Amino acid sequence: MKIKILISIIFFIVVAQNSYSQHYPIYNFEQLEPLLNQKDDTTYVINFWATWCKPCVEEMPAFNQLDANYKNKKVVVILVSLDFGKDYQTRVKNFAERHSLKPRIVILDDPNSNFWIDKVSPDWSGALPATLIFNKNMRLFFEQSFTYEELVKELKRVIS
Amino acid sequence: MKKTIFIILIMSISLSSIFAQGYKSGDKAADFKLKDVDGKEISLYSYKPAEKGAIVIFTCNHCPYAIAYEDRIIELDKEFRAKGYPVIAINPNDPVLSPEDSYEKMIVRAKEKEFTFSYLFDSNQEVYKIYGAKRTPHIYLLKKEGKDFVVKYIGAIDDNYKDASAVTQKYLANAVNTLLDGKNPDTDFTKAIGCTIKDKNYVKE
Repeated sequence: MKIKILISIIFFIVVAQNSYSQHYPIYNFEQLEPLLNQKDDTTYVINFWATWCKPCVEEMPAFNQLDANYKNKKVVVILVSLDFGKDYQTRVKNFAERHSLKPRIVILDDPNSNFWIDKVSPDWSGALPATLIFNKNMRLFFEQSFTYEELVKELKRVIS
Repeated sequence: MKKTIFIILIMSISLSSIFAQGYKSGDKAADFKLKDVDGKEISLYSYKPAEKGAIVIFTCNHCPYAIAYEDRIIELDKEFRAKGYPVIAINPNDPVLSPEDSYEKMIVRAKEKEFTFSYLFDSNQEVYKIYGAKRTPHIYLLKKEGKDFVVKYIGAIDDNYKDASAVTQKYLANAVNTLLDGKNPDTDFTKAIGCTIKDKNYVKE
């Protein structure tokens, strides 16, 4: 009897963890900020986007391709979703699956954006999409959409 | 003679670069004449309800941030129109790039939501560039000083796009109330996340 209970508890924990792991972490800016200021040997490409943002969606394949081509070259791509509203977690998840997005995805849920936009970059007006490319030596910010070629060009500026 | 032409050329280049940057608080706002959803041409400088100033809001139909603020924009107009600061909403988007933001869809949206304010179409995409708007929604609070309209506050409506009931700072309403008290707002610039303005000249190949 006890074993049965134990097994079912374990079963529920496993199921719960699995369903939990399908969702992306939801951060406020304080929790996100360390990701934007990492100073190790890696170069980071951080894209701010949302599923409803047309220019963001159009440039998503470029970030996916960059992640695939540079993941063994000490480059990490992180996609920071600003989705909000009804079922936004599911919306982001479905979008990522539909577009086979491989980079790490986090959700930024911090509506007091006047407080943190300048901390991402003083050059950011707040319009989406926006992209940071940085390592310990150099930091570039872009309020624009990218093609893959443009993205590689800017990444190379930071790496070299 | 050549020198004069040269000087004029340099001056016009520097002027155009000033315009490209858009307005800062304290700048005189240019007049505009744009078509409202009821077909009438509305000009800022001859807009009767703008007795003391105007709340110019670059916004649109499709953007979730703009939609999240629709009810609050209606409330702002209800509160401040009678006090001489009506809302003037302007859609700056190219409907080819953003079909939800066509003039026809603007008419539909204004009816559905019973907009109390003028909802204008920046069909040539010129006004938003002069003002320097970067996103929707993007607010320019103007005060009438003599014949001129002067920019007094630029930025966000408040500090919570997601939830009106969780707002702690009503940047725009505070700025209008401060102007109504005869003072200049302490906070004259804020930022907010928004949708890019859809303009084919800014979409890269």
